[in-house]
Amino acid sequence: MYRKHSFFRALWRHVTLLLFVVFALFPILWVISASFNPANTLVGQSLVPRSISLDNYRQVFTSEQYPIALWIKNSILIGLVTSALVVVMTSLAAYAFSRFRFRGRREGLFASLMVQVFPQMLAAVSIYLLVLSVGKIMPALGINTHAGLIMVYLGGAMGVNAWLMKGYFDTIPTSLEESAMIDGASPFQAYYMIILPLARPILAVIFLLQFIGTYSEFILASVLISSSEKYTLAVGLQLFIHDQYASRWGVFSAASVLGALPIVLLFMFLQKYLVSGLTSGAVKG
Amino acid sequence: MGKMIKYMILGILNVAFLWVALFLLSSQAYFVFVLLLLGALLANLVFLAPKGYPYRYLLPAAFFMVVMVVYPIVYTVYISVTNYGTGNILHKEQVIAQLEDRYVLEPDAEDYAFQAYRDDRGDLWLLFTDSRGERLLGYRGQLTSLQEQDPLLEQLADFAELTRVDLVRATNELSGQSFAYDHTHELRMRNINSFSVYLQQYSYDRENDALIESETGTIYTPVGGYFQDPDGTRLTPGFRAVVGINNFRRLFGNPQITGPFVRVFIWTIQWALLSVATTFVVGLFLAILLNDPYLRLRKVYRSLLILPYAIPAFISALIWRGLFNTELGVINQILQATIGSSVPWLQDPLWAKVALVILNLWLGFPYMMIICLGALQSIGAEMYEAAVVDGASSWQQFRHITVPLLMVSVAPLLVSSFAFNFNNFSVIYLLTRGRPPIVGAQTPAGHTDILISYTYRLAFESGRGIDYGLASSVTLVIFLITGAITFFNFRFTGALEDVNKNV
Repeated sequence: MYRKHSFFRALWRHVTLLLFVVFALFPILWVISASFNPANTLVGQSLVPRSISLDNYRQVFTSEQYPIALWIKNSILIGLVTSALVVVMTSLAAYAFSRFRFRGRREGLFASLMVQVFPQMLAAVSIYLLVLSVGKIMPALGINTHAGLIMVYLGGAMGVNAWLMKGYFDTIPTSLEESAMIDGASPFQAYYMIILPLARPILAVIFLLQFIGTYSEFILASVLISSSEKYTLAVGLQLFIHDQYASRWGVFSAASVLGALPIVLLFMFLQKYLVSGLTSGAVKG
Repeated sequence: MGKMIKYMILGILNVAFLWVALFLLSSQAYFVFVLLLLGALLANLVFLAPKGYPYRYLLPAAFFMVVMVVYPIVYTVYISVTNYGTGNILHKEQVIAQLEDRYVLEPDAEDYAFQAYRDDRGDLWLLFTDSRGERLLGYRGQLTSLQEQDPLLEQLADFAELTRVDLVRATNELSGQSFAYDHTHELRMRNINSFSVYLQQYSYDRENDALIESETGTIYTPVGGYFQDPDGTRLTPGFRAVVGINNFRRLFGNPQITGPFVRVFIWTIQWALLSVATTFVVGLFLAILLNDPYLRLRKVYRSLLILPYAIPAFISALIWRGLFNTELGVINQILQATIGSSVPWLQDPLWAKVALVILNLWLGFPYMMIICLGALQSIGAEMYEAAVVDGASSWQQFRHITVPLLMVSVAPLLVSSFAFNFNNFSVIYLLTRGRPPIVGAQTPAGHTDILISYTYRLAFESGRGIDYGLASSVTLVIFLITGAITFFNFRFTGALEDVNKNV
């Protein structure tokens, strides 16, 4: 299908690709430039700022009315805790599904698949009401708490991850565990000392994918979190910029750059795993 | 060692159960209490019975899945058949208590002057005197009429009488006091100097489940979440009640709700289709260009083109909202400079939709490009060599080799991408918030609202009050559609067969 290029063949290809590169990069460059531009408004922006200042970044860290740096910290913290717990719990479940035979196993696998049919955020109304009543009993897990939000995320993450992880565990041969068990290891020790170390790549991928997903989650966080110092970046940034583009564009840009940075870095690091993970079904965009 | 860990986990679990159970009992949530007992029993069984061993590993994941996913789904179904929302927030008992607590001043009510005393325990005693000098003693909601030389009066002398200043300070406490006067009347504080006889407006008749208005004798019976008299006059507030398919009837039968709902529904389908089509076409096109081994700088192009995908979508959507800004946005500035006119991106229904599709193309084409690249690379070169030998043109090769083989692996992903965009709340909400609004809609519906954002606004953002019932019934519609799509996709990819194979 592909042939060696004549000059014009090569030219139109490069021109087309360059056009798409411009399309892809323009918004990113525009925002990076605005974040260093001392003019904090949409007016007077240019791709190359006339002067450079770090004022916008300073604002991100010092503004008391809009503690954007705190929101980024909240998002990272919630993402880390959620992902860690998800990895622990799904690896336990996946181990049981992969290595044990028990009544209800097939139904359990089926359930973890079917739960994906119903995106959790669709039930936002009842989750809100559920967390509201949980909060009446245990205020620490109620509305407007990070712990409550994390609990909700944990539920939503189980289905797809348990399924992915079980698939990976199935590819690890059982002979290692069997010999360990002959030496007197319990199934839990086999899980902890043999399976987990061998499954490190999938654990890492699920941790990072979960982190990215949690970090970007918007609807449940905006329903469940209501006070400024507890916002995640997704909730806070939206309220910060809401119809204030004219007056807050610079600070918003700086916040966007800082907020996107952790995910972009993770993504670069993950790219080779992601490509194979994507083709097996995780979707975004 | 293993045993110790086991009993430690079990111990912690049971302490937690006990703690929550005490809370539940003290707040009288008996139904949840029973559920908790069942859960605790199950947990103990799983840990103590040898047969329960595998289930230990499943317990944490299963717990969160049941509580945070399965239960909310079931609860959504339940809410969709209730009238839960503004005006019907409270439970029936709470509404009865609230209505029973309404009192009106009798027109020719007698005023009672009063003196207040406080005993050693801090309780209030009130001595009432009417215009004829008759005296009543009020203590803890009860009234006692006093004789001329009642022994109780001597007892009062031992208590501290409240001075005028004390009375003012204790106003709140005093106004909270009420004393049963007779069956339907109560003595309540009227002002700082006197108490008076108030009539209880409604009293609840438990046997007939009806409220009776004391003055007129009108009977109010509970109908569809309200207490209602025979003429259909309703008492507010209403209470939470099961109203059957009422919400669905409104959704499909009330023109002011159905009209916008159908428009939102159609746009949701259009939106999901357009999103998949645009991102797929561009992604495939770029993948074919980049798959060319003779192209220079392929790696560079690839890593640059993938960048939009690496940025959290909520940040990108907010950035594009700035770029699309009608007065100051850079897109309109460029249009102004080149073709001399600007576009009302977020004000005009059609342009708002165009803006959404452009944004989603930007967000989504890298994903399609990656999966198409992967799929293209898996197609063997010998296929094309054979085709060249047979004299096939480039287009014929594309049409008869690339597309069919590509579709085998990519089609299921296109279907899940459709399902994803069908519910792509954040892009819609963050770029246009569903605006511009549909004129004349009874519910908060906008031209760019998709079903999920419409639900969100019904439940959390309506200026005319929240409507959890209607929101949940729209959610059920979404459940049905996404459920059907995903189920179809599972059949297609053989995920369900995987489950069966696994027994």
